[in-house]
Amino acid sequence: MRSVPNAEGRRLLILFVLLTMVTARADEAFPRGPGPTSIAGPAGQAPDVAPPAPRLATTLDAATLDRLVDPDTRDETIASLVEATDVRALPVLRALLEGNLYRGPPVFMEQQGTLQDALTGAPAQADRDQLEQVTINNRVRKMLERAVAALSVLEGPPGERLAAARVLQENPGPEVLPAVQKALARERDPQVKKGLQATAAMLALASADAAQRLAAVEELRKAHAKRQLMQRLEVERDPQVLTALYDAVRNVDLALQRAATVGLLFSGLSLGSILLLAALGLAITFGLMGVINMAHGELLMVGAYATWLVQAAFRGSRHFDWYLLAALPASFVAAALVGALLEITVVRKLYGRPLETLLATWGASLLIIQAVRVAFGAQNVEVSNPGWMSGGVTLLPDLVLPWNRIMILAFSASVLFGVWLLLRHTRLGLLVRAVTQDRQRAAGLGVRTPRVDLLAFAIGSGIAGLGGCALSQIGNVGPELGQGFIVDSFMVVVLGGVGQLAGTTIAAASLGVVNKLLEPWAGAVMAKIAVLLFVIVFIQRRPQGLFALRGRALEEG
Amino acid sequence: MNTATVALTPPAVSTPAPSRRLYPQRVWTVILAVYGVLVIALPMLHLAVPASSPLHVSDYTVTLAGKILCYATVALAMDLVWGYTGILSLGHGLFFALGGYAMGMYLMRAIGRDGVYGDPVLPDFMVFLDWKQLPWYWTGSNHFLQQALLVVLVPGLLAFVFGWFAFRSRIRGVYFSIITQALTYAAMLLFFRNQTGFGGNNGFTDFKRILGFPLANPLTRVVLLVLSATLLLGALVLCRALVLSKVGRVLTAIRDAEDRVRFCGYDPVSFKLFVWTLSAAICGIAGALYVPQVGIINPSEMSPANSVEIAIAVALGGRGTLLGPILGAALLHGAKSVLTVAFPELWLFVLGLAFVVVTRWLPRGVLGLVYRERRP
Amino acid sequence: MNRSLGLAALACAVTLAAGNARAEETIKVGILHSLSGTMAISETSLKDTALMTIDEINASGGVLGRKLEPVVVDPASNWPLFAEKARQLLTKDKVAVVFGCWTSVSRKSVLPVFEELNGLLFYPVQYEGEELSKNVFYTGAAPNQQAIPAVEYLMSKEGGGATRFFLLGTDYVYPRTTNKILRAFLHSKGVTDKDIQEIYTPFGHSDYQTIVGQIKAFGAGGHTAVISTINGDSNVPFYKELGNQGLKATDIPVVAFSVGEEELRGIDTKPLVGHLAAWNYFMSVKNPANTAFIKKWKEYVKKNGLPGGESRVTNDPMEATYVGMHMWAQAVKKAGTTKVDAVRSAMSGQTFAAPSGFTLKMDETNHHLWKPVMIGEVQGNGQFSVVWKTGKPVRAQPWSPFIPGNEKRAER
Repeated sequence: MRSVPNAEGRRLLILFVLLTMVTARADEAFPRGPGPTSIAGPAGQAPDVAPPAPRLATTLDAATLDRLVDPDTRDETIASLVEATDVRALPVLRALLEGNLYRGPPVFMEQQGTLQDALTGAPAQADRDQLEQVTINNRVRKMLERAVAALSVLEGPPGERLAAARVLQENPGPEVLPAVQKALARERDPQVKKGLQATAAMLALASADAAQRLAAVEELRKAHAKRQLMQRLEVERDPQVLTALYDAVRNVDLALQRAATVGLLFSGLSLGSILLLAALGLAITFGLMGVINMAHGELLMVGAYATWLVQAAFRGSRHFDWYLLAALPASFVAAALVGALLEITVVRKLYGRPLETLLATWGASLLIIQAVRVAFGAQNVEVSNPGWMSGGVTLLPDLVLPWNRIMILAFSASVLFGVWLLLRHTRLGLLVRAVTQDRQRAAGLGVRTPRVDLLAFAIGSGIAGLGGCALSQIGNVGPELGQGFIVDSFMVVVLGGVGQLAGTTIAAASLGVVNKLLEPWAGAVMAKIAVLLFVIVFIQRRPQGLFALRGRALEEG
Repeated sequence: MNTATVALTPPAVSTPAPSRRLYPQRVWTVILAVYGVLVIALPMLHLAVPASSPLHVSDYTVTLAGKILCYATVALAMDLVWGYTGILSLGHGLFFALGGYAMGMYLMRAIGRDGVYGDPVLPDFMVFLDWKQLPWYWTGSNHFLQQALLVVLVPGLLAFVFGWFAFRSRIRGVYFSIITQALTYAAMLLFFRNQTGFGGNNGFTDFKRILGFPLANPLTRVVLLVLSATLLLGALVLCRALVLSKVGRVLTAIRDAEDRVRFCGYDPVSFKLFVWTLSAAICGIAGALYVPQVGIINPSEMSPANSVEIAIAVALGGRGTLLGPILGAALLHGAKSVLTVAFPELWLFVLGLAFVVVTRWLPRGVLGLVYRERRP
Repeated sequence: MNRSLGLAALACAVTLAAGNARAEETIKVGILHSLSGTMAISETSLKDTALMTIDEINASGGVLGRKLEPVVVDPASNWPLFAEKARQLLTKDKVAVVFGCWTSVSRKSVLPVFEELNGLLFYPVQYEGEELSKNVFYTGAAPNQQAIPAVEYLMSKEGGGATRFFLLGTDYVYPRTTNKILRAFLHSKGVTDKDIQEIYTPFGHSDYQTIVGQIKAFGAGGHTAVISTINGDSNVPFYKELGNQGLKATDIPVVAFSVGEEELRGIDTKPLVGHLAAWNYFMSVKNPANTAFIKKWKEYVKKNGLPGGESRVTNDPMEATYVGMHMWAQAVKKAGTTKVDAVRSAMSGQTFAAPSGFTLKMDETNHHLWKPVMIGEVQGNGQFSVVWKTGKPVRAQPWSPFIPGNEKRAER
């Protein structure tokens, strides 16, 4: 027999592939959008320039500070500071945005963990818990983000200036015009300059010159800023500009529709990838033993809870963002152990009686759910995403694909690859395939079928655990997590047919895509019902599923 | 295969001729005694005995008994398809719920002007949905006879259509169970939608009267109890007669070796379809009696968990015995009512263990523990 | 042997007698909350709050010289079981009052039981109104104490000046009725139907990709706000999807009516800063009554080892349970008896200094509390910062004036 590389190597390879993907992802400076963190100088950004000198003191006067803190005069004060392009106001404005400004008197500011007098920069003697925080609401936050961006674009490292220019493009307002023009005058970096020019053009929408307005419409069309275009449509008089406006809106609508379609396809694939993770383990065990494991959903749940426990262990540590790498093997092992236990105590003893196994595993699922509920509480537990799983990648101007879904897509592809490798190139896989095809003959050839059953069941459960780990990143983690995926997993397995990975994959992908395509038309519920009915009808026509290894006589007698 | 020899040698064991009596004398006595308690003693203790006496049976007990009797009827119907024909349905709760909804429609219309919004035609939930008139599928729902007919027709028709397609495609075993589960799940999602016009998540509730009799009246409750008990008895007699007949023989043959039955020249599809539809109709009637006693019907009756519970009630009692499932249903739902009060957190452990223990160690159920010999 | 048997029998008899005697001296209080099933997530805290309040009342001498004895049942998020348990509490356990229910389904299914047996139910959760039973005291908000002020805030300059509204809810009676009221309200403010979109998702729905896409598409047209009546569980995947697809509160703010501190415990709230919720109480409100309430709660959690430990929070329905129980105790003291009819009349006009910092009053006629309205913005730490609140408590309007036909409704 040719030497088969062992299964450890496979797993290492998969982990390595995942690791490279993850590090590549984490290294790139992904656009996080106009969030305060990208502008307020977080630790570890812009490595090429020395960190900006701590801007401790501001030479803003006391009166301005008081006007800033007072909600009635706040708006004009911010506007006037921005129009005056007064960069000394930047630290205070940043502090106000992040909730680090405190009413005294005097006004206190918290910078890098220490409380200091906002006026003089002297360290403060007061206790932060006794002070009243200056709170802002959404409206003020929007204005502040714009203000901070307008002032940031005037100085600071290129990365910060670029981010600030982007914020201004998405959120322009008339008061930033002086700052934009001042920045344009001295900006050298071509990318930043481009962004600033676009903003300046957009702001020219209200200018008297029709040519400038036309240029503004063009800029807004490129930025897909439908809202500003619509607002201008209501007051525009010039016929040429009006035509340009209508064209621009139509154009933007088309672009939005395109983006929506791509988004829809992506969401279908994303759903399909989740279904695949959920159903893959079930497909293996069902193909092998003809047993439908009703506790399969609970194996997903065990994996999710294992992830939560790992995350809790990592909390507070510096490496929190990498807890997922530890959680993957943890959830695999935890679910595999539970699955193995289930196989030994319940499934094995009911061999040859699939209907009873169905009921017994249902009972086991109730036991597992209640045990988890008693141990961890009936409430959901919080699993926070690591930093590199949050946010999204802006593919098209209006389409943001969430990172966690992209990761899960890649992850399920690698799990699929791993399972394929396992089944095709390992000894265990060979045995599993043999027993699936013909149990009697395999046993006759000396294969220890109970061992194969146990290992395959454990691996199938482990895969479900990995699925649970993925699920914990996008949804709730609670004792009832599995119940929502049982019926879907069954549909995938039944539709895809038994014994072929291709069947499960295609079934999962098509169910996901069909569901998502129907959803905007019929609503979430009817789409789901339609998919279920489709599978029920399909099975009548073709009981063996899409890809069948064996013939129609799946049920022996 | 030595078919030739089988034809020549006389059978070694003589199979008893189908008995003319449904049950032996002893068993009949027990059955009728229990029936008597339910139909005579319980009502008397509820109506005639004053509330202060320790012998008084509260309305809580009366409604609980009625509820359990309805569940027992469903378990009986399930035993017919599973215990005798080998079809494990994980969606029988759907037929039960559909019968309940059909009766519920009548009860909602019977509220009349006494609803919260006081609309003489539209039930409350349609008023708050801003609907101006009854949807077409509600026409005539204020006629008791029509709804009573629908109680049997709707589950029956659905079962017939589904069964016709499924059995003709020779879907069996686990596959069949899964698609019945998918069916009830899809129906549950459909009924949870408010736009479907069946009260959505709230379902039907706040019933006032049935056929003019107020539901809160002790006499009405007692009558419903009596009807439930009579339904159970009637279903038992019907099913027993069926399984003892030649049809029953074919059914058990289908359960044990369907392909050979086909080879012998019988068409299993029509037999399965017949018993499947009958079972669904019985469930529907049970559902119709359940709803006025419990006072509410909502889509969670169609949840897969409910249907699986029916199966476990049958397995617990002892499937293939008809009396076993009745016992099983009583045990299961009695335990549920007691445990969710005394030890709420323990109930699900008990239920889960029941599943595992019964399937693993009690293949003949509780009745199998009591009676060693296998009943025909 | 006989003597020890006799002693054992005597001991049993004495304990039984003592038990019976003790039983006569306690007042039974029923607690009807789901401790398992989908609603356990929200309702378990209410059971714990009720038990904590009972301990507090007992520690100060009980009511009418008798201790309160809780009778806890678990209807397991199963609506028929709610009705059965309610009947059991009233007829078998003979409780004097029941504190319970969360979803409108559960309340509607127990209502006939309470009306038939003349029981008393205290319902602590915000709801859709359109109901007024003389057997229920509603300590949660009616739509005019939560939904309407929230939309008014969104339409105001401070709230962002929203002119287009995306109504997103779970498909059941509360969101449907609330959205009906809100639509009529928006019409009255000049918002047309083309600027309102209404979408419903089923319970437990977890895939919000398409819906967030629809929100974005709808929001491209101008100042848009989302009014979310999504229930419980589904909020976590909804907010995660919102955050990940880059929909920020400064672009399209989302105001939710069923999201409180408890629901935010399962989410990383940093991408959600700025989204809103409307309640009558927030844990972050600073006043002596709330500080004491939170302290009591945290001590109770620690003493009883409740799961979650340090991370347990207080929220509006818990405050409502607390207030309701104290008001009931006060009413019983005033009436001198636990009989339902007497307590019902004694409840009218009851006041209590609540942890929200206001003195709440039980209205004389409509069985609802006068409650203050607060709008809070989500903070990075899972708490809310109050950005707007009413100066004094607002009277409830259980029959919304925005639903045609309600003008004829009498308040009993």
